Amino acid sequence: MAHLTYEEGKKLAMKGLGILAVVTLAEVFIALIGNGHLIEGFRLARWVMYPAMILLSMYKAYFIIYNFMHLGFEVKSLRLSVLLPTTLLIWAIIAFLQEGYTWGERRHDLNKEKIEMSRQAPPQSEGAVHE
Amino acid sequence: MATDSAMANTQENLWEGGKSPFKASYGKLMMWYFLLSDAFTFAGFLIAYGALRFSSDIWPTPDFVFSTAPFGIEHAPLIFVTFMTFVLIASSVTMVRAVQEGQQENKNGVVFWLFMTILGGLTFLGSQAWEWTNLIAHEGVTVTTNPFSRHTDAGVYLSGEELLAAGFVEVPVAMHGAEHHGEAVAEHGDEHAAAEAASAVYYLPKGAADIPENRYFVKANHHGEVLAGEAFEPGDNYLITYNHATHLYETSAYKTADGSIKKEAFGPKTFGALFFFITGFHGFHVFSGVLFLLIIAINAMSGLYVERRNGYEMVEKVGLYWHFVDLVWVFVFLVFYLL
Repeated sequence: MAHLTYEEGKKLAMKGLGILAVVTLAEVFIALIGNGHLIEGFRLARWVMYPAMILLSMYKAYFIIYNFMHLGFEVKSLRLSVLLPTTLLIWAIIAFLQEGYTWGERRHDLNKEKIEMSRQAPPQSEGAVHE
Repeated sequence: MATDSAMANTQENLWEGGKSPFKASYGKLMMWYFLLSDAFTFAGFLIAYGALRFSSDIWPTPDFVFSTAPFGIEHAPLIFVTFMTFVLIASSVTMVRAVQEGQQENKNGVVFWLFMTILGGLTFLGSQAWEWTNLIAHEGVTVTTNPFSRHTDAGVYLSGEELLAAGFVEVPVAMHGAEHHGEAVAEHGDEHAAAEAASAVYYLPKGAADIPENRYFVKANHHGEVLAGEAFEPGDNYLITYNHATHLYETSAYKTADGSIKKEAFGPKTFGALFFFITGFHGFHVFSGVLFLLIIAINAMSGLYVERRNGYEMVEKVGLYWHFVDLVWVFVFLVFYLL
């Protein structure tokens, strides 16, 4: 809070309360209207809901880090030393979600194989009995 | 000689400290790096959640799972968790106020706002305790069992008569200490328990062994209301009723459009484990945060930080930690309750 006076700081705290509350309400509103809880028969597509909720959460995170944790008021080198390492997570998210999706596909294939094998199994055992 | 002492001088300047390129104290800087590492820990957990969820065909929707609140409120999707989020946001703001009063060297202000923050933290923890209790004791979600799932086909729930007509055999539930339970019902006239005792019967396919995998129940909610005849579509959410009197998960029978009789399957196992582990880890952070705040508040009351004359830097450091807990909740709230 190096560049803010006491009065400005107080104002920022109250502004923060308002912003975070409103953004949270907006997120919940999107979740409720998107899942058809508010208007009968009206739903939002996932590709509209999810990015909107993710962006609003990112904004909340930015506001907390920059204003409440004062990172926006620290020197640039400190800011970068904290923020740059987190960019590694971008790749982690892409890689692991892709991996999770592949596990799902693999499970599908295995289930299919299992079902096909159980269908083929009875004639084979019958053959064995006749021998 | 002159050059030697000049060299010693510059070396001293470099290594003796005094210059702080980040213009932040050691303690504050290390708090930042601790929080960075903690952020990676939480990110690891949340990414694991994402990977496991992506690998599942079915995942229960949060607005169905988290739709109860204290005082018997039901069908109020996400309302209670929104309240919890507000509490945490408010406690973050009171923390900002404590730090600001510290910079003014206002002891009473610091102590007041720290206690407001502690109050917020305790309210959050209490709410989480209720949420967990409801999920575990009431709805039957455990680390290994998840009764929340979604239908993969369209169908209609079957009544007992329909099951008998389809060739199923009725089996009474062998209740442990059933007589005592009956007495309790008679004595207290507990309607709830009476309804549960009345539905204490299940159906087995003819000739099938009496194992949980073969038991078909008639759909009833936890109030004991029978829901046989209710139709559903693919993608609809359901909760396998956990019967408190019999300690059984009532996997209910339904008929699909092509006439085959199936029963409700349990949801993805990892759901409960991930939920309890990640929200528990966050709750543990809140709990330790409350302890830290309490220590700092007592220190501030004792006048320890007045003597240090550094603008209550300790309050600022614990403030960073407390805001981080709120920051993590932003993402826990996003992935568990919104997406």
